[in-house]
Amino acid sequence: MASSSNRREFLRLAGLGGVVFASGCTGMAGRSAADDFYFVQLSDTHWGFEGAPNPDARGTLPKAVAAVNALADAPDFIVFTGDLTHTTDDPVQRRQRLREFRDIVGALKVRSLHFMPGEHDAALDGGEAYREFFGPTHYAFDHRGMHFIVLDNVSDPGASVGDAQRAWLADDLERQARETPIVVFTHRPLFDLAPAWDWATRDGAQVIALLMPYPNVTVFYGHIHQEHHVMTGHIAHHSAKSLIFPLPAPGSQPRRTPLAWDPAQPYRGLGFREVERERAAWQITELPVVKA
Amino acid sequence: MSRIERRRLMALALLTVLPVPGRAAGPRVIPVVAKKFAFVPDQIHVSVGEEVVLELSAPEVLMGFSAPELGLRQDIVPGRVTRLPFTPQKAGQFVFSCDVFCGSGHEGMDGVIVVVAAAA
Repeated sequence: MASSSNRREFLRLAGLGGVVFASGCTGMAGRSAADDFYFVQLSDTHWGFEGAPNPDARGTLPKAVAAVNALADAPDFIVFTGDLTHTTDDPVQRRQRLREFRDIVGALKVRSLHFMPGEHDAALDGGEAYREFFGPTHYAFDHRGMHFIVLDNVSDPGASVGDAQRAWLADDLERQARETPIVVFTHRPLFDLAPAWDWATRDGAQVIALLMPYPNVTVFYGHIHQEHHVMTGHIAHHSAKSLIFPLPAPGSQPRRTPLAWDPAQPYRGLGFREVERERAAWQITELPVVKA
Repeated sequence: MSRIERRRLMALALLTVLPVPGRAAGPRVIPVVAKKFAFVPDQIHVSVGEEVVLELSAPEVLMGFSAPELGLRQDIVPGRVTRLPFTPQKAGQFVFSCDVFCGSGHEGMDGVIVVVAAAA
């Protein structure tokens, strides 16, 4: 893989790189390049959605797949942070959408793909259909000395992580060294971003309390269809853009209705991100679905 | 039934409907039905300081009633009427919504509680 700075320079020259957001503990600067890598986060693809907020609903996800495949260097892995499909009350159609989504993202050129459900995928059947296609809704994995935890705060239609999963999380954390960099992937925000819009996790405060003793924790999530950055204590929370339609800023209007499609600027507000580990910090670069 | 018995029965019926002077009226009960995918009614008008009980019901699936600015939240279980008492303390418009994901129209399932200043 090309060096981190070379790759960012390429993105800049190609006119692709957006705002870079740095996050994480920098007190460990000077470590070897062994932990320098990047992953890609895609979110809220809502496969199956039809409507005016995105007249190219069936074309946007394939375009995003092509954009990721065109990156100069392949990421170490790609993570989808939920709402892979748009909800349907029909279990047969739900499985059809999950199957189509899986087939489309199967074209991604990457060594490792990680998935999690959103409430649109899993809340109506407790995650049953999702598990048939993508396996467990919560799990953990290690990569380059870091610990990644996928939490499910959507299979419960009431938006709780729940006692059982929090016990699993506590046990998983117990087995980590305190200084290990930990990344948590969720769909909903773990903190009360906009409870009136259902942008919260009912027992999110209890989850954050479990994470607080660990000094190097970063959370990446989706759900709110826009980039957003918040700190709860020393824990950074970064939400990702959607690949179907953007939503208004939290609490900025009475209803969370999608922002209108702008024919003059198609795909505006949509995109994906690179998340790069460099010198013990996370660098986030937002990328569009298509070049402006 | 004799005329006298009929009069007694009508008087009894009136007593059960009309408020009795001097007795506290009790909270106002407002039935709210949470159906796929709307609250009925979706506008609730109350006054500052007024004691209110929302009688919540859901004929189809599990729903939620959430008005975080008023500190109100309640699951609504099908087949059961759930009483949610509250007394608004300030005037304004307060959004409420379903916070239990209930299906394809969930995200548009909301309403507003309009609280007006109490009459002088």
